Amino acid sequence: MDYFIQQLINGVTLGSIYGLIAIGYTMVYGIIGMINFAHGDIFMVGAFIALIVVIALGITAATPLLLLILALVLVLVIAMALTAVWGWTVERIAYRPLRGSFRLAPLITAIGASIALQNFVQISQGARNKPLQPLISGNFKLWETVTPEGSFVVQISYMQILIIVTTLALMVGFTMLINKTSLGRAQRACEQDRKMASLLGVNVDRTISLTFVMGAALAAVAGLMFLLYYGVIDFYIGFLAGVKAFTAAVLGGIGSLPGAMLGGLLIGLIETFWSGYFSLEYKDVAAFSILAIVLIFMPEGLLGKPEVEKV
Amino acid sequence: MAAQKQDLLAGSVKDAAVGALVAFGLFAMMIGMKTEVDVGGLAIEYRWGAVAMAVAVVFVGRLLLNLFVWKSEKPVTGLLGSLMPTQSSFSKVSHLVTPLLFVLAVVLPFLLMYFLGTRGSRQYLDLAILVTTYVMLGWGLNIVVGLAGLLDLGYVAFYAVGAYSYALLAQNFGFSFWICLPLAGILSAFWGIILGFPVLRLRGDYLAIVTLAFGEIIRVVLLNWYEFTGGPDGLSGIPRPSFFGLEFERGEGGFADFFGLDYSSIHRIVFLYYLILILALITNIVTMRLRKLPVGRAWEALREDEIACRSLGINTTHTKLTAFAIGAMFGGFAGSFFATRQGFISPESFTFIESAVILAIVVLGGLGSQVGVVIAAVVMIGGFEFFRQFEEYRMLVFGLLMVVIMVWKPRGLISTRVPSIALDRRKAKGISADMVQEGHG
Amino acid sequence: MTHWNDDAVLRIERVTMRFGGLVAVNDLSFNVGRGDITALIGPNGAGKTTVFNCATGFYKPTEGRIVMMRKAGEHFLLERMPDFKISARAGVARTFQNIRLFGGMTLLENLMVAQHNPLMVASNFTVGGLLGIGGFRKAEAEAVDRARYWLDRTSLLDRADDPAADLPYGAQRRLEIARAMCTSPELLCLDEPAAGLNPRESAELNTLLHFIRDEHATSVLLIEHDMSVVMEISDHVIVLDYGEKISDGTPDEVKNDPKVIAAYLGVADDEVDQVEEEVGL
Repeated sequence: MDYFIQQLINGVTLGSIYGLIAIGYTMVYGIIGMINFAHGDIFMVGAFIALIVVIALGITAATPLLLLILALVLVLVIAMALTAVWGWTVERIAYRPLRGSFRLAPLITAIGASIALQNFVQISQGARNKPLQPLISGNFKLWETVTPEGSFVVQISYMQILIIVTTLALMVGFTMLINKTSLGRAQRACEQDRKMASLLGVNVDRTISLTFVMGAALAAVAGLMFLLYYGVIDFYIGFLAGVKAFTAAVLGGIGSLPGAMLGGLLIGLIETFWSGYFSLEYKDVAAFSILAIVLIFMPEGLLGKPEVEKV
Repeated sequence: MAAQKQDLLAGSVKDAAVGALVAFGLFAMMIGMKTEVDVGGLAIEYRWGAVAMAVAVVFVGRLLLNLFVWKSEKPVTGLLGSLMPTQSSFSKVSHLVTPLLFVLAVVLPFLLMYFLGTRGSRQYLDLAILVTTYVMLGWGLNIVVGLAGLLDLGYVAFYAVGAYSYALLAQNFGFSFWICLPLAGILSAFWGIILGFPVLRLRGDYLAIVTLAFGEIIRVVLLNWYEFTGGPDGLSGIPRPSFFGLEFERGEGGFADFFGLDYSSIHRIVFLYYLILILALITNIVTMRLRKLPVGRAWEALREDEIACRSLGINTTHTKLTAFAIGAMFGGFAGSFFATRQGFISPESFTFIESAVILAIVVLGGLGSQVGVVIAAVVMIGGFEFFRQFEEYRMLVFGLLMVVIMVWKPRGLISTRVPSIALDRRKAKGISADMVQEGHG
Repeated sequence: MTHWNDDAVLRIERVTMRFGGLVAVNDLSFNVGRGDITALIGPNGAGKTTVFNCATGFYKPTEGRIVMMRKAGEHFLLERMPDFKISARAGVARTFQNIRLFGGMTLLENLMVAQHNPLMVASNFTVGGLLGIGGFRKAEAEAVDRARYWLDRTSLLDRADDPAADLPYGAQRRLEIARAMCTSPELLCLDEPAAGLNPRESAELNTLLHFIRDEHATSVLLIEHDMSVVMEISDHVIVLDYGEKISDGTPDEVKNDPKVIAAYLGVADDEVDQVEEEVGL
């Protein structure tokens, strides 16, 4: 039971990271109906930018707590801003010229952009793993069970609390942004009917650009979380994280923001429990199998709208 | 007129400046500050010079593009475009190009050996084998994506199944290459049906992502099933093919001995080249014939409009499955060839990138176009190997090239569709890509 | 001569179709007579296309039966068959309201695709065709002849090798009918065949439909909006409104049915007399 609770906590943490990336997929799919294959790599770039800023500012575990918090907020802001520029650029160069063209073309440019981003980072930052000393250590001991074989401590680290709380806060803020502001309204209008929206004076190109910018900014948050939580990144982390986050988006119902978050949590939990109880090697198989099963039996996902075939 | 020029210049400079600013945002950290593993953690190596260079390149590049291409009345690319064959003229030229390519492919080894000598030609023959392998894979995938309009991002899985089938059959049962080859093809087709059956009712991007997932599942299984596949160590010592029982070995009973030639290691290479060339040509001939059969027409009809197909009594599930299975079979053949050529296989050869490259060849060549696949494979794979000395940068350039070519020609290099049947051969002409649908499944 | 009561080719029996809470078709029954041109009419949203989609297998009705009776005496319960089998086995072919041609294929290819099933058998399910054995060549030549025949009938022969997407609108409608006829159906279902046609094309369509009925012994069921077209060509008219049948009979009977007039003019039943007076009936 204790082990179960511990895995639950770990799974929710991992799921929060997946959820943040999944939002980027779901928004882009919702608005232009394409899988932004490069989004996983945008997440990777976000993690790298965060790492560079952390090192450049000289943040270490020894930094006083208040200063540490301020510095991390600064890191977050810089990473979000610069990653957003990357997201914007990818859309501008690889997707916008192909809008309204052949459906396969943007998929190929997306794959091309993904390959290019990975290799760019590999060249500019080196192929080696980048380890980072843990910045936030320490944890809450929730309870301890003593058995004859030894004791098992159920704990939640400060890092996990930070990840979960930040994700929650961002989710709430983000949902408000989509539901309450004119930008959100323009975005929903473009999802429904791009041509009509543009006839009614919505700047469609700008709305789509902003969607990429927001997705990239959230991916940067996920990148920072990933960096702090695992303490090591490399240029290849984007692919797996991207596929899993996309799985999450599909599982939750693509196009639905709460769905992306829910899907992220579920994928995180499934992966953690699978590695905790079955086998570590096949944890990716678990995630991919879930993806296949969901798509085959429930293509609209948990919170998505079913698509009716029009004859 | 002068004022207009002034405007053009000012606008271009402004635009280039904005571009440079964005480039600075992009590169300031990613290039300017390199994280280095140092004693006691990470340190940063500052490279402002490189950033300045990158920003300058973007500024000048954008300025020139603005002045001479985007905003100019007579873009320089027009010149380039006029050098490219137009769609209508190409369909005439292609009647000549195809046999020419064929003859060139057949005499290539002798041509190379004549000009470069035995030793010098080896490297180019290896490259030709690699390119031809990709041509075959491209043709195989073209059935699925180009004809039937089914987007498959996990094609490499069937390549892997073919390679591992051959290796395991040859090692465990001692079967020869010529027995293993069809078996590997059948096994791949079988996997194509097994994987295809549940997923084929999905449409478009969903199908793409599930096939990607299946491709990864197969790779992860290959990676972790030590007892059977050797895990990350892969399988080595895979038997080489023989020329109708004659091994390519020095001494009595070998290929060279039998034909009274001096032994040379190039014999095997030439043999491998002709082997893959024949396999690829079989793929092409079968595909071209299938196009003219009802099943091939049903594939294309499926790509055009699935609902109309169903209203005409076509069992769309079966039709999709045959496309999937036949595409998978050719992937399996190519996989066996890969295994016998390398003598060693490991899961590393079957990553998602491989699938992406094969798909890129098909799409860049022009969906459904067989000649297009050849051109794309020569350009992409040949070009890629050609820049071997720039090891580091070539994958980056490869990715960027995929973006650039697609933006330039979204329909691929050759996008004209040739009708499969005509009442009057003389009147029949290529169908422009604007009318051809790309499929939704 | 009409046959819908004594010799029906298609029987719609108490069919109901619900989408969620919406009842698109409610307890609908009617017969389509063998050798008749039957028209299904009604205002927008009356459920005509839904009935069509049920009969051709694209929707599964929530309740009820749809029976197809072929000349040979076989009966098919269409609501239980997958859509492609309805065309392949039961001999029902259809066209679509928003034309669905294979735009990137030539006219001839379109008509060859329509003969997929017999050609598939002739090519021994591809194996024989691939190896060049069996009677595929002959079967293909026959298929081309049949295609040529229908192209000629629809005056499209000179464009046989052009892509279908290149045709003007009216010609696309004719090609869709030719394609459906290439499946050798016993019942041809046309979804608004006259929509978007000019008067001359409309007249040609009438001739074509009469030809199909008389020379090919094919019954026709069509949906139409335009009353004048319907009254001119059909032998039997069924009127739907809000998913229910409000009238069923010969064109003359239907024309004089007060309920129909009310449905088309949108008035309550008790005002019908008044309306009739006004329109001079």
